[in-house]
Amino acid sequence: MPKHDTPLLDELEKGPWPSFVTDLKRQAEKKPECFDILGQLELSYRDKVTHWKHGGIVGVFGYGGGIVGRYSDVPTQFPGVAHFHTVRLNQPSSMFYSSAKLRDICNLWEKYGSGMTNMHGSTGDLVLLGTTTPNLEPLFYDLTHDLNQDLGGSGSNLRTPSCCLGRARCEWGCYDTQNLCHSLTMHYQDEIHRPAFPYKFKMKFSGCPNDCVAAIARSDFAVIGTWRDDIRIDQAAVKGYLSGEFIPNAGAHSDKDWGKFDIKAEVLDLCPTGCMWMEGDTLKIDNSECTRCMHCLNVMPRALRPGLQQGATICVGAKAPILDGAQFATMTVPFIEVNPDTEFAEIIEVIEKIWDWWMEVGKNRERVGETIMRIGLPTFLKVMEITPTPQHVKEPRSNPYVFWQEDEVEGGWDRDVIAYRKRNAQ
Amino acid sequence: MPTIEHNGSSFTVDEDGFLTGNMDAWNETWVDYVKTVEGITEMTDEHHKVIEILRDYYKKNGIAPMVRILSKTTGFPLKRIYELFPSGPGKGACKMAGLPKPTGCV
Ligand code: HEM
Ligand code: HEM
Ligand code: SF4
Ligand code: SF4
Repeated sequence: MPKHDTPLLDELEKGPWPSFVTDLKRQAEKKPECFDILGQLELSYRDKVTHWKHGGIVGVFGYGGGIVGRYSDVPTQFPGVAHFHTVRLNQPSSMFYSSAKLRDICNLWEKYGSGMTNMHGSTGDLVLLGTTTPNLEPLFYDLTHDLNQDLGGSGSNLRTPSCCLGRARCEWGCYDTQNLCHSLTMHYQDEIHRPAFPYKFKMKFSGCPNDCVAAIARSDFAVIGTWRDDIRIDQAAVKGYLSGEFIPNAGAHSDKDWGKFDIKAEVLDLCPTGCMWMEGDTLKIDNSECTRCMHCLNVMPRALRPGLQQGATICVGAKAPILDGAQFATMTVPFIEVNPDTEFAEIIEVIEKIWDWWMEVGKNRERVGETIMRIGLPTFLKVMEITPTPQHVKEPRSNPYVFWQEDEVEGGWDRDVIAYRKRNAQ
Repeated sequence: MPTIEHNGSSFTVDEDGFLTGNMDAWNETWVDYVKTVEGITEMTDEHHKVIEILRDYYKKNGIAPMVRILSKTTGFPLKRIYELFPSGPGKGACKMAGLPKPTGCV
């Protein structure tokens, strides 16, 4: 496959940021089909339309997802991308790799594919970009037999779960996000590989409310670490911040002169609930009013730590705009223990209650967040066997269109207008 | 569009091997052909039941049924459907039943 003229793309080799165009050109020396990737992309830059055909259904036997089929609509011009299927590999939790593993994957991908990848897809998968239908089964055979590596999810199923790096190297991890992510991924292999749901379903796991994997915005089932006792304060370290020995926010703002650290302006006055104060140079927190927003811990990581009674909050139903509008996840379980000793049975119970309900009442291509919107949070909490609490809402409803269950109302709904007329003549 | 020749019949298909055009092009020869490419060794009554239900549902409703409706009407759990059709209900059974290619964020 020859090199194509790419004057528009060549512009993108200028500037300091790593250029994908330069990388593709380098890869094309080994894998000439990369010239056709560049060629077709240049054509799209000129035409301002995509040159991929609609859809594509390919896969491997036994699985109903994992591979996204794709075909060029200009295959004679760019035969190297006539077939250009994408293979999703389930990444290790938090994406820690050994060079040996990556080398194995690269060697395999140079054998069966374009050599081009996406590290990683937004959902978390290691994405192998571009191969042909006949290569899929041999690639899958080598992946599973030699690399002990499985595909990720696609379609109306449980997509590949992902997590923040949590306790691997973060002092705020309120539970072992990697263990939970890995364990649930293994537990739900069937749901990942064989679509059985009304629509896609995603899980993400963050160790604390900073939510580094954006679980609250990008997963139907978000597990976000928190604690329920007191923030641990090291008063000596607080003095260290006051004296300037420690830099606020671990030096995150050192590129600009923000003046001397001012605990009142930068912490106390910014606490969303105003539950912090100083007595001399001793820091006080009224933990019963703290919403665990993370701000004070983020500013003074050496002085403040999450409490010791750690667990997580479960939020359900985040989704992108289609069809009914974008949603963040709704707080459903305020606090749950994340317990590896029970193999996370408590969390699995929550997941399966959601699935049992949604698989039954969810409409075709309806995300669980839309099902909750359509049927209502009260019904959702009822099927979840969760008692509604004030924490379930940001504010109470302002309209009075309140439904009552018949058994909640004395006398029920069966009323006799003749009896009524006896009391109120016409 | 490519064409597929099998036992004297010819079929117009897309890149993924799904029948294009209307459902009328479908016949037993097509079923026999898909069998050879979708990893099915022998056709059983269970295979035919799935195909029949898919075709009926599509004719009535103009869409393929959701997976759990297929399971409910056939009485086959998803596991059984994959045993019958290794590529699953979409790529395997719908293709064999002559339904259009599944779309969306697959
Ligand atoms: C048994 C007698 C009555 C019944 C069953 C009745 C019923 C209703 C209902 C169902 C509404 C709509 C409430 C809403 O959802 O916004 C309403 C609103 C209203 N009613 Fe009555 N009504 C009665 C007597 C009266 C009388 C005697 C007056 C005037 C002297 C009146 C004036 C109004 C007005 C002005 C509104 C509109 C309020 C608004 O701006 O929303 N109603 N009524
Ligand atoms: C000339 C006759 C009527 C007048 C002037 C009248 C006026 C109103 C007004 C002002 C409202 C409030 C609308 C709003 O929400 O802003 C209302 C609501 C309502 N009216 Fe009437 N109404 C009349 C006849 C009726 C009749 C005959 C019925 C029932 C058979 C009825 C049932 C209702 C109900 C149920 C609502 C509340 C609707 C809702 O949920 O918002 N009205 N009416
Ligand atoms: S979400 Fe919290 S625990 Fe996880 S990496 Fe980010 S700050 Fe650390
Ligand atoms: S975590 Fe947030 S709410 Fe709690 S004390 Fe710190 S700043 Fe205030």
